[in-house]
Amino acid sequence: MSKALFLALSLIASPAWADWQLNMNEGVTALSREIFDLHMLIFWICVAIGVVVFGVMFYSIFKHRKSRGAVAEHWHENTTVEVIWTVVPFVILVGMAVPATATLIDMYDTSEADVDIQITGYQWKWRYQYLDEDIDFFSNLSTPREEIVNASAKNANYLLEVDNPLVIPANKKVRFLITANDVIHSWWVPHFAVKKDAIPGFINESWVNVEEPGVYRGQCTELCGKDHGFMPVVVEVKSEADYAKWVADQKAMKLAMAGEASKEFSMDDLIAKGEGVYNTACAGCHQPNGQGIPGAFPAITGSAIATGAIDAHIDIIVNGKAGTAMQAFKEQLSAVDIAAVVTYQRNALGNSVGDMVQPSAIQK
Amino acid sequence: MQESVKTKRLVVRLAASAVLMFGFGFALVPLYEVFCDITGLNGKNFTQGPAAITAVDRSRTVKVQFVTVNPAEMPWEFKPTERTMRVFPGEDKVTAFYAKNPTPEWMVAQAVPSVTPSEAAQYLHKVNCFCFDRQPLDAGADTEMPLVFVVDPELPKHITTITLSYALYDLTEKDHQQVTLRSQDNDKGRASL
Amino acid sequence: MATVDVDLPHVKDEDPHHHGPAKGIGRWLFTTNHKDIGSMYLIFSLCMFMIGGIMALIIRAELFQPGLQLVEPNFFNQMTTMHGLIMVFGAVMPAFVGLANWMIPMQIGAPDMALPRMNNWSFWILPFAFLILLSSLFMPGGAPNFGWTFYAPLSTTYAPESVTFFIFGVHIMGASSIMGAINIIATILNMRAPGMTLMKMPLFVWTWLITAFLLIAVMPVLAGVVTMMLMDIHFGTSFFNAAGGGDPVLFQHVFWFFGHPEVYIMILPAFGIVSEIIPTFARKRLFGYSSMVYAVASIALLSFVVWAHHMFTVGMPLVGEVFFMFATMLIAVPTGVKVFNWIATMFRGSMTFETPMLFAIAFVVLFTIGGFSGLMLAIAPADFQYHDTYFVVAHFHYVLVPGAIFSIMAATYYWLPKWTGHQLNETMGKFHFWLSFVGVNITFFPMHFVGLAGMPRRIPDYALQFADFNSMASVGAFIFGFSQLVFIYNIIQNVRVGEKATAQVWEGANGLEWTLPSPAPYHTFSTPPKVD
Repeated sequence: MSKALFLALSLIASPAWADWQLNMNEGVTALSREIFDLHMLIFWICVAIGVVVFGVMFYSIFKHRKSRGAVAEHWHENTTVEVIWTVVPFVILVGMAVPATATLIDMYDTSEADVDIQITGYQWKWRYQYLDEDIDFFSNLSTPREEIVNASAKNANYLLEVDNPLVIPANKKVRFLITANDVIHSWWVPHFAVKKDAIPGFINESWVNVEEPGVYRGQCTELCGKDHGFMPVVVEVKSEADYAKWVADQKAMKLAMAGEASKEFSMDDLIAKGEGVYNTACAGCHQPNGQGIPGAFPAITGSAIATGAIDAHIDIIVNGKAGTAMQAFKEQLSAVDIAAVVTYQRNALGNSVGDMVQPSAIQK
Repeated sequence: MQESVKTKRLVVRLAASAVLMFGFGFALVPLYEVFCDITGLNGKNFTQGPAAITAVDRSRTVKVQFVTVNPAEMPWEFKPTERTMRVFPGEDKVTAFYAKNPTPEWMVAQAVPSVTPSEAAQYLHKVNCFCFDRQPLDAGADTEMPLVFVVDPELPKHITTITLSYALYDLTEKDHQQVTLRSQDNDKGRASL
Repeated sequence: MATVDVDLPHVKDEDPHHHGPAKGIGRWLFTTNHKDIGSMYLIFSLCMFMIGGIMALIIRAELFQPGLQLVEPNFFNQMTTMHGLIMVFGAVMPAFVGLANWMIPMQIGAPDMALPRMNNWSFWILPFAFLILLSSLFMPGGAPNFGWTFYAPLSTTYAPESVTFFIFGVHIMGASSIMGAINIIATILNMRAPGMTLMKMPLFVWTWLITAFLLIAVMPVLAGVVTMMLMDIHFGTSFFNAAGGGDPVLFQHVFWFFGHPEVYIMILPAFGIVSEIIPTFARKRLFGYSSMVYAVASIALLSFVVWAHHMFTVGMPLVGEVFFMFATMLIAVPTGVKVFNWIATMFRGSMTFETPMLFAIAFVVLFTIGGFSGLMLAIAPADFQYHDTYFVVAHFHYVLVPGAIFSIMAATYYWLPKWTGHQLNETMGKFHFWLSFVGVNITFFPMHFVGLAGMPRRIPDYALQFADFNSMASVGAFIFGFSQLVFIYNIIQNVRVGEKATAQVWEGANGLEWTLPSPAPYHTFSTPPKVD
């Protein structure tokens, strides 16, 4: 294929989303293109069969109608014809099965990967742990609540944006180890043609080798509860050099955060930061105004915990509450974040307790 | 009447079939396990105990990766001491997993293993594993839990990486209802209930 | 189907021991008459269709635009779950059972079903079961919200309180289906008129015979899987809980072992109906009767070995994926044979296009389109892109709505004159047809596109690029939904008024039921007819 044609085609199959999109994306990996081609092959075979079969049928509807004077003939068996239209479809199916099996075999490639990343599905976010680096973070939907409840206009990446995307290098084999923390989720990026169920207690694997740097978006594809539609997947594919830089930056940031945890913050700073944390990690259940949902999620406003002893308040956020939907956030939020959100909850949302807590007081 | 006798017999047979199929539904549980055991299809049919392996295959190395998962509501710290090991098939290897109970109460955990790729599971021999037993930990205590394993030299050549994952479940409540037994019978890390 | 010469110029109720139907509500509560019970099943099914339909409209209203406008996500999940459960277990299955009850005895020359009292029970436990299920909407925690496929552990550890009532309801519905199936098999095997060999039975009877065996084989497995759920939730077992050594994927295997034959249970009677209607309106015998029987039997048998095509992304090893891909693709062969035979029946016939025929033709075309998307889904590597997206939703709605539901509407229009004695109002029937046809396609065709474009299932809100086709689908849903008011009107009107229908009703109709007067007397074939 000439370079010009390749460029032209890559424009058509560009990762941009279009309204009224009719077809699957070709994607940005060799495997995704293989799957796309297979999809088109089967599709066109079905179209061809449909044209022939419906053609005969509509011809018959047109010609063999009583109002046109058609008189019914009286045959109702023909073994030869029946054998033909049993054998021919079977042969067509075999013709389909060959490339399908070849593609499936390609998917089960077990060659060694360059990067291994553990992906854990939580209700309702993803956790990414890079097995060969000390990188571990959660990835939450970052679309503002106002957009979801139609209080403000929706941005172009509505529901497909996160605070911390997964970052991987281009042109390297990246292996994903997929599991879940609670219920079954499923991790899907259409442009990679990677979809794998995340099953609690089990580990699944998948892999990708992305040829083009860019940002690729997907979603959870297994019903996992209330916010199944609100836990997107965003992958940033960087060139090898940019990826190396990103890894180094992550390490530096981690050191900086550890340093932050021993700093003293002002009440205003804590509240301001806490508001951001609250809206990302808490508002989904406890609601942006802290009123909760009666019968389902308790209110923060006027709650015994948020206005009572600060240690109990910290504890329930750090360790969760067994037997309820309140998760343990100690892995998901840094000490700074926890201190901030505790302070925010106690001094906003209709509460005005007046106390605060520093990150150094948070024991995880 | 002849017909009603025939009918009665048929109805009894059909009803019996329905009951049998209900039993079959339950039989699918052990059937599934046996099938997975024989074929290794769900990545859980590791063999346990000493492996009768004599030769070490030094012509290739296999990358063995360790992964940990804390299911919901399990507050322990739990991580592998070594993330990756390169092993020769047939060679006994030892590693350990670090666990800490940060809560103010005594707790008991059960590790549930899982392997990918699933075909590799039957070639991964766990000679001794902390997942065989429930693991109790006092409040605030920590420990290193050992795993002794060997990769079978029969491992197909195309498999070069095996990932072993442990999900650590909190069994404290269940355990309070039963006597804690050290059980070598724990099959696939299953807790006896 | 064999032509039948019946030696009775007109049948009237000659047995002095039979009186007309009892009076009042007692008639309906205690009836053992297959016609009464058939009517009750059909009316029940129609009510459930409306309720499930309202839930669908709530879903489509929320999905009309991006953003959350009308309902909370948790309630949305209750709607999708209940819509599925009600349509599968409350609308489609009871409708087919109702048609079986009305028509099988008449089609085989039997006076009633083999076990008339069990027949009454089979019906009456259904409204009870659905009352339980529907009342869960008002329980704390709400109705089941884990999808009609209720995967563990979302449906066990993480389920609302109503899950126990859901399990109870499923057990009752299952018992109803099993009893109905036993009754149908006993009736068909033991009560055919002399001379009606198996290979002379109408195809509707054949498809129901095979469907009944499928029901007996798999409904108990469904009972098993919900019992295992119950045990996990309340009795501390760990069938599906990895903590105790169980396996959530086991749930999927057992569920789909039931679930796949279940979808054939929902389509085989449709095949039978269409195989009755097309020959009538083409004035030509069904082409390839024996192949049609063998095709239905092969589809039923194959349905037991394809279940894991619902689980291609669960982490199955290569060998498993390949086996299930091949087995699933194979089902296209007997299904194709049936489509070709229907067309060959029409070919060089003398067709007219009354309402039943319009629905039957639409079935053949639109079900086949659903079959094509099914074939695409069978291709395992491609399925990784389709699974749990709207492409799947499009597929199964095509085979269920312009598939099963259209066949039920076709059957209703086809046999209503026999039941009520009144000819159809063709204009109103055609009006209902065209509105439904347009509505169904506007609703479900765009779902192929958004699915391919990347929209997952079971989400109450979606990214902006899916908006245009979603609003189209929502408009279509409202058109389709409101068209069913025309259906209800047509049925009620036909019961009340209409030109007197003859025994044969349709010029090309053949079969024992068309030898009876219209309306069919309360008791028919008390003396079996002779069949050549």
